[in-house]
Amino acid sequence: MTSATLDIQPLEERAAAVAAAAEIHIRRFDGATRALHVVVMTSFLALAATGMPLLFSDAPWARALARLFGGFYGAGIVHRAFGSVLLLSVVWHLADVGWRSIVRGERGLFWGPDSMVPQPRDFVNLWRQIKWFFEQGPPPKFERFTYWEKFDYWAVLWGTALMGAAGLVLWFPIAASRVLPGWMFNLALFVHGAEATLAIVFIFAVHFFNGHLRPGQFPMDMAIFTGSVPETELKHKRAAQYERLVAAGQLASLAVDAPSPRVLARGRVVGTIGLAVGLTLFVLILSATLQ
Amino acid sequence: MWVRTWVVFAAVCLAATTAAAQKPPANEDCLACHGDASLKRDDGRSLAVDPSHFQSSIHGPLACVDCHAALAKASDFPHDARVARVQCATCHDDISGKYHDSIHGWAKDKAGLTVAPSCTDCHGTHDIRAHTDAASRVYRNKVPATCGSCHAGIREQYNRGVHGAALKKGSTGAPICVDCHSAHSIARTDTDKWRLSVTAECGTCHATVADSFRRTFHGKVTELGFGRVAACADCHGAHEVLPPSNPASTVAPAHLVETCGRCHQGVNAKFTQYDPHPNPRDYRRSAALWWANRFYWVLIPGCFGFFGLHSLLWYRRTRLEDKQA
Repeated sequence: MTSATLDIQPLEERAAAVAAAAEIHIRRFDGATRALHVVVMTSFLALAATGMPLLFSDAPWARALARLFGGFYGAGIVHRAFGSVLLLSVVWHLADVGWRSIVRGERGLFWGPDSMVPQPRDFVNLWRQIKWFFEQGPPPKFERFTYWEKFDYWAVLWGTALMGAAGLVLWFPIAASRVLPGWMFNLALFVHGAEATLAIVFIFAVHFFNGHLRPGQFPMDMAIFTGSVPETELKHKRAAQYERLVAAGQLASLAVDAPSPRVLARGRVVGTIGLAVGLTLFVLILSATLQ
Repeated sequence: MWVRTWVVFAAVCLAATTAAAQKPPANEDCLACHGDASLKRDDGRSLAVDPSHFQSSIHGPLACVDCHAALAKASDFPHDARVARVQCATCHDDISGKYHDSIHGWAKDKAGLTVAPSCTDCHGTHDIRAHTDAASRVYRNKVPATCGSCHAGIREQYNRGVHGAALKKGSTGAPICVDCHSAHSIARTDTDKWRLSVTAECGTCHATVADSFRRTFHGKVTELGFGRVAACADCHGAHEVLPPSNPASTVAPAHLVETCGRCHQGVNAKFTQYDPHPNPRDYRRSAALWWANRFYWVLIPGCFGFFGLHSLLWYRRTRLEDKQA
């Protein structure tokens, strides 16, 4: 009697939760990759929040947003600090890829199903996906990384390299002018702003939708925070990878325990904060653009 | 304008009614003595009033005692040598408030700077005319000379610059002292608030240049209310504005390293190839910027167009699937 009154969850739901917890999870991201995502995410949000007052300096919220970081001067310091963090994390990533391919002789980094390099399969999948949108065929079977995930990856890499270079020119103008003509400052500021608009809106609209907010993922895909996906989800969403792993007998070697409630909760908190900050900044940009 | 007419009318009526009761001295009574051009104070200062000057002034319809109110009740003439000061604020109280808050009022009231101007130093006394009257000391093309009677060095700079030259040529649009500094609310020029307001003032004529400035780091930071970066006057000068073609100009090619170097210590000639007024739509001004602008005008709409459509179709397809399920 007592236990029945304390039961808040319906029995079926609890059973489902227990089953999910017991379900085999498949490793998707290692610790370093998840840490990199959190570092990139944090610095990206901070860079957007501290750069936007300047980019949209005539928006009604510009001064208030800058004041949040101690005014324009404080926002500038925070912006440079997180710019350095983002640049360093990209340098670290490139060094890591170099180390893994050259020193450790890892295969499949630059080509194959585990590579971030666009493959012929990606273009085929894009075509099949479009056909599926129009009910002209079944949805494509995705490998470990889909074409939109690779686009995100290369967009961040290209964007950080370009904006980092432009940002350094603007940060150290005297040193830059020893080698570059002064009109490069004009170009650097323009590119920094245009690329920022592209990156911010892309991340807060496209990446958020594709990665987290779309039906099927809503409210967020936890894999980037927990590192693993349930086996059934992998089978459903990344059928090509699942079939490959099964055929090669590698599935067991990638099996891990389901993420603990603590890891899940931590991921949800970090992800929710990221989504909330990002969507707020996105609304601010929309309001400034539509003004 | 009707307000002023009304005030004058009211003052005349008031004068008329009080005259009936106490018979204050009429203008003719005053001019009986002060109409004498040779009337002097003990210290030699003239006490004469030219009736024709007064009558053609904006205060012409008023009685002497409307301003020299202390003498309205005087009955013994000649009156005491010491008479209370005229209080312009009796009628012009809004302007008086601005004046006392201004740097001139502050200098006179609080700093004890006795040479700081009061109303009459700029507007005159018995010959006050409207600022729209070409004979007025505060008429547009006379203002630099009027301010310059104290600020002589700045008057010289102004006259040498393009704005002073344009005014001399008869331009009605050329900026004069009061356009930037205001007439009565003159403030310190080293505050951020003042510096930021001047940039907007330059933009009232130089619209495209101000617009291009707003696109720069200098302009954007200025817009955020941070006054430590360069605004118009920091590069172009405040009073002696000269075109870059003039070798004496602060923005002449030969002076750019020095001008930029006032903030950016250690600049070289390469640094000064920076364009402080960029226009991404002007190919001849900067081809690199033009191409960058074109590139992003294709890339950004292309990216969002593609993925926007992609997301919409995806959303529609999953909804369709849910319905079928």
